[in-house]
Amino acid sequence: MSACADCMARGLQLSALAGHIDRAVEGRAGERARDLLALGDEELARAVCPRDSRAVLRAARSQRRDEVQDALERAGCWSVCAHEATFPAELAALGPSRPRALFGAGRRSLLPGLGANRTVTIVGSRRAGAYGREVARELARLLAGTGIVVVSGLALGVDSAAHEGALAAGGETVAVLGTGPERSYPRSRRRLYETVRASGLVLSELPPATPTFRWMFPARNRLMAALAGITVVVEAAERSGSLITAEMAIDVGRQVGAVPGPVTSWRSSGTNKLLADGAAVIRDAQDVLDALLGPGVKVAAEHGPPIEPGARAVLDAVEAGAATGDAVVARAGIELGAALSALGRLERAGYLQGDVTGRMHRTALRVPRPRGSRR
Amino acid sequence: MLARTRTLALHGVDAIPVDVEIDIHRGLPAFSLVGLPDAAVRESRERVRAAIVNCGFDFPLARITANLAPADLRKAGPGFDLAIAAAILCASEQIPERPLADWWLAGELALDGSIRGLPGVLAMTEEAARNGGCGIAIAAANAAEARLVEGVTVAALATLTDLATLARGELPPAPATSAHENGGPPFPDLADVRGQPGLRRGLEVAAAGGHGALVIGPPGAGKSLAARRLPSILPPLSRSEAIEVTKIASVAGRPALDGTLAQRPFRAPHHTISPAGLVGGGSPPRPGEITLAHRGVLFLDELGEFARSTLEALRQPLEDGRVTIARARDAVTFPARFQIFAAANPCPCGHGEDSRQCNCRPDQIRAYASRLSGALADRFDLSMLVEQPSADALGGDPGESSASVAERVLAARHRQEARLGPGRCNASMTESELAVHVHLGAEAGAVLANGHGSMGLSGRGWNRVLKVARTLADLRGLDAVGAAEIDSALIMRRRGST
Repeated sequence: MSACADCMARGLQLSALAGHIDRAVEGRAGERARDLLALGDEELARAVCPRDSRAVLRAARSQRRDEVQDALERAGCWSVCAHEATFPAELAALGPSRPRALFGAGRRSLLPGLGANRTVTIVGSRRAGAYGREVARELARLLAGTGIVVVSGLALGVDSAAHEGALAAGGETVAVLGTGPERSYPRSRRRLYETVRASGLVLSELPPATPTFRWMFPARNRLMAALAGITVVVEAAERSGSLITAEMAIDVGRQVGAVPGPVTSWRSSGTNKLLADGAAVIRDAQDVLDALLGPGVKVAAEHGPPIEPGARAVLDAVEAGAATGDAVVARAGIELGAALSALGRLERAGYLQGDVTGRMHRTALRVPRPRGSRR
Repeated sequence: MLARTRTLALHGVDAIPVDVEIDIHRGLPAFSLVGLPDAAVRESRERVRAAIVNCGFDFPLARITANLAPADLRKAGPGFDLAIAAAILCASEQIPERPLADWWLAGELALDGSIRGLPGVLAMTEEAARNGGCGIAIAAANAAEARLVEGVTVAALATLTDLATLARGELPPAPATSAHENGGPPFPDLADVRGQPGLRRGLEVAAAGGHGALVIGPPGAGKSLAARRLPSILPPLSRSEAIEVTKIASVAGRPALDGTLAQRPFRAPHHTISPAGLVGGGSPPRPGEITLAHRGVLFLDELGEFARSTLEALRQPLEDGRVTIARARDAVTFPARFQIFAAANPCPCGHGEDSRQCNCRPDQIRAYASRLSGALADRFDLSMLVEQPSADALGGDPGESSASVAERVLAARHRQEARLGPGRCNASMTESELAVHVHLGAEAGAVLANGHGSMGLSGRGWNRVLKVARTLADLRGLDAVGAAEIDSALIMRRRGST
């Protein structure tokens, strides 16, 4: 099966007008792309290239369906349109700006499973810290482990961590791209792109060989927001692109959740603001499931080995922001030798992870509660 | 008429005996020089002629042929002047040949006949001592350096006329030299590193086990300050080590004019250095920074900025303790047993990824991190992370002094030498030595077994952890390596590498 000519035309037109749209949004893609995409074909052409809109439109429409089909097949991709049963029905919520056809790569058989009640979108900063990446990976891993489809955008930082987490659990994951479906953007994520394509799904509203422009990423965000029942923002500074996704999710009547971060951290200022504005508080995968499905479904409890009080004090210091041996010494008030060996024990147990510079970060692994205490 | 004298040519950091043969016979006056001389040696003819005449001798008006044997060794530099002049004076019977033939002669002539000092006199004197003979005659300026070698007579010559004194069997009057050893300004003291216990501990462990170390931190956190204090806590050089270091410095053009032995070298080449500048090169090959750092510390500031090819060139020397520079005609081996110490910023802008001031793009950070983790990844045992010291620490009491840290380091080194042999340290342990010398307590064995799988460390990575753990135990005077040492070594290990 593949998309019918009428449905595919819209994607082809967007591809042909890509450069014009880029000029029309004047660097304010976040606000304007959505409005432009809500326009009908002719209005859109008139809006972005008033002078020769007719000619541009004609050129876009003159592409023959079988040529596009050939190009798709050469890139190992396929298309699906709204007339087919497997087309994600959730996208209809986007109203006039909804895509009529999708171009995809990877396991087409996953398409029917993309229901809003079993799909979660995880997004966040490309410049995420160790905290954001770790939380995104763990959320995705545990959610995918319970059969939830994890949707994200293949960007650096949180997006990549979410895909990796879902893949680590052997679960299903969907990458929604701003570029055509045959391209890995950014290029450094090539390997992840290939893995997602092999065991999951890659989707885009633009056909292969479309040149890349900035407006495509906020435009793509509306697809991610519409596909899932809940959009979880893991780590985002103010003015982060993932806040656009959250806004769009609200616009199409989906839930928005955010992972809290330290109020002193600029990295979490966007997510903390979302929480202040009423987003669901996401502390763990269970919170996501509760928001999506209501209470009932449980994530299997996982925790690490027990730790003795001395190491507990060091772990507390790291959780409070100490990332080096010196900082632990200063915060926990213990001697350096003891601090180092405790850090080593905690890293071995999986509670901590060091980055390439040697800074220690807390993982999402939970400490077992001492017997007799209650949550 | 024929005469022969003996001199020495430098080859790498060693000297090789060279015979100077002069033949004078009737014919058109000419002076030819054979035996692979370079430009400086060929120009020696002009200096020799002027020096002989200006000292009141006669320059023979005849056909003079000078041969430098062995003829297949390339001769460089002005050091053959003295031996050539002496041979001419002997061949022309102006001074008797017999007494001079057993002296090693090395010096550059000035046009007025005075004798100038040379680089590499220590190496030459050592070779002269090995080969026997009356002794070595060199420029007065080099006398103090030559006297560092025991068991060889040193004749200090001021001018060419002193050769006549020597030929009479007398030593020319020696210039007064004060023989003091291991001089030079003292190294800066570790007490200047205030606060920053992790950095101080890292330095101490690096010094105690001879471990290569990397320190990561923002600009101004005291990385270079700490590195420059590493030599102050290393054990003092033994006499033979100090002679080696002095010899290299002299060959490289820093002769020990006042007869003091060199200290532990500390070399800090700039990151724009070429591979040849770092490991040695040129024609004839000259020692690079790693040879100048022999028995000392090579400090690479801004490790991430060094060219990859430059760092790769360090790999083999770090393993072998020496470097061989091969040329079409010749190969020269330089000693290069040094301790590597490097510093780097946590990200390209230097502030660190977690800092708000950091304005690096994510792809820049990724590229930098992979450069950093790839750079000589398996040659550093230790890494330490420093942050800006707090105002309290900066204004607080000075840290423990170098002298008291050096005591612990020395004690730990003694334990290592008792185990591994003289001059060895933990960083140089082979895999089989690791198995023999790292006794794990029962708990530590369990730690190892449990960590091996869960932490994804390679076998090589674990060996480095074991070496550092061994040093930590040595610093505490323990025979067995405990779980605490293994865990601490895990935290101090170099990250992001295999």
